Amino acid sequence: MKSRTGSRRYTLIGLLLTALMLFPVYWMLNVSLTPQQDMRKTPPDLFPLHPTFEGYRAVVDDQMPYLGTSLLIGLGTVALTLVLAAPAGYALAKLRPFGGGALGLVLLVAQMIPGIVMAMGFYGIFLDLGLLNSWWGLIVADSTIAVPFGVMIFTAFMSGIPGELIAASRIDGAGTFRTFWSVVLPVSRNAVVTVSLFSFLWAWSDFVFANTLDGGGDWRPITLGIYKYIGNNNQEWNAIMATAVVASIPATVLLVLAQRYVAAGVTAGAVKD
Amino acid sequence: MTIARVDRPRRAGTVSKASGTGGTGSLPLRRRQRRRSRLTALAFVTPLLAYLAAFYVYPLYRNLDLSLRDYTVRSFVSGDAPFSGWDNFQKVLDDPTFGPAMRHTMIFTFVSIAFQYAIGLALAVFFNRHFRLAPTLRALFLIPWLLPLIVSASSWSWMLNSESGVVNYFLHFFGVDPVGWLTSPDWALTSVIIANIWIGIPFNLVILYSGLQNIPGELYEAASLDGASAWQQFRRITFPLLRPVSAITLLLGLVYTLKVFDLIWIMTKGGPGDASSTLATWSYQLGFGSLLPKFGPGAAVGNILILIALVFGLLYIRVQSGQRRQET
Repeated sequence: MKSRTGSRRYTLIGLLLTALMLFPVYWMLNVSLTPQQDMRKTPPDLFPLHPTFEGYRAVVDDQMPYLGTSLLIGLGTVALTLVLAAPAGYALAKLRPFGGGALGLVLLVAQMIPGIVMAMGFYGIFLDLGLLNSWWGLIVADSTIAVPFGVMIFTAFMSGIPGELIAASRIDGAGTFRTFWSVVLPVSRNAVVTVSLFSFLWAWSDFVFANTLDGGGDWRPITLGIYKYIGNNNQEWNAIMATAVVASIPATVLLVLAQRYVAAGVTAGAVKD
Repeated sequence: MTIARVDRPRRAGTVSKASGTGGTGSLPLRRRQRRRSRLTALAFVTPLLAYLAAFYVYPLYRNLDLSLRDYTVRSFVSGDAPFSGWDNFQKVLDDPTFGPAMRHTMIFTFVSIAFQYAIGLALAVFFNRHFRLAPTLRALFLIPWLLPLIVSASSWSWMLNSESGVVNYFLHFFGVDPVGWLTSPDWALTSVIIANIWIGIPFNLVILYSGLQNIPGELYEAASLDGASAWQQFRRITFPLLRPVSAITLLLGLVYTLKVFDLIWIMTKGGPGDASSTLATWSYQLGFGSLLPKFGPGAAVGNILILIALVFGLLYIRVQSGQRRQET
């Protein structure tokens, strides 16, 4: 329909807009490679002409434990979220338990509660139980961001599984649990990927819970690693930005590998398919 | 963040029930089967219910309890603070910070949303034109939304640095004097709003774009045959047909933006003074921000914030279920 030159013009505008939008990301990369003595130069170097890796060396020296903790917390949150959300989603979609509709509403409202309020409530509880500054306490707290979302994704997805598939498995003599495990779950691979992806990213990015519940222990996540760099009135912005670059790797990798799941997660629920 | 919703599963099995009433002998068996399936359903949801009770209801209850008692650091640990009713709420409402924090919350929320939506919509319409590379570029637009907030916040902090920030450097080409983005009380709120708009654009773009996919292309073909300009097509077709999706996007945006805390805290800590403090940052400031924590008032502010979020949240649920009723 559109003429060729028209399309090329749109591509050009699109490239410009994308460049504008991603400028802060580019700037983060650029600063992470800027030598310390050029940091406050005017005019600033718009390109890393004399790249230095001192920032990244600082990451390797200081931030490795934080990155490890974040990975552990991210994976733990994914596991906990899947274990809780997948069966519940199946029940809500196919088994029609009492009060299923009310539960759906509760999950919707749960997603609207500000994290800062949850953090304050958790603080008191964790203080009583001696869970402050523990990595698995943080997994529990982080999972609250993802579990309601996970249940709803699973419910929406599993509602679409044809009833005949489940009936066939019943006829073959499989119980409800067996059916769930060997028929429903494998078919729901897409939902599993979407939920895992988002629960990992949210746990990896979490700052509120980490800062309130895990401010002083040995197991602190990378968000606090960066925050500590900034908070120390550290002027080594190449180290701060290098850490930020490294902390952005999971998001970037997931976007490249699983782009359609990301888009599916964003639009889930907001728009009808 | 996104908020997911569930389509209530369609009531399957009504057909089989109707055919099953014919044979009287199968009735008890059927009932027993149904009871058993109810029990298995319960077994599948029980872990979730226990989880919600322990890690949603209980923290919220603790928070409410905090806001209704007169806590000090010592009684917070020992747990025997006296009940003080609405005192904390009264204290918070009388606090000189309350007015500004409320105002900043509203400005932050509504200005952010207005720009996120307008820019997101413009971009969605633009990307709907199926040019080369459009899918790739659209995917790249998601990056700001996926980055950890601390990453975006610290990048923007450095870009907005008054002496060596690249933003002031670009502005000087237009003859603008250096702006103290994060250090001047006049600009701090604007700065965090700018960063927040940047973070929220991808979300609006993705949702509005998928809304555009549902508008039949024939409408545009017919309109352009009738000689409608691009702007007329947007005003007469795109915008009205996108209204349901727009309503959902805006309400969801409201709920998210009200609770933004990380970004503001990392960029300005609500300062300078309380020039950029919102209810969320103020609540944190009271509870954790000083050496003498005021948990009671902090929790009270948090509960006020929940109340506001719930108002918009319930509005969202109403609008959405209304839309679904129209579909069926």
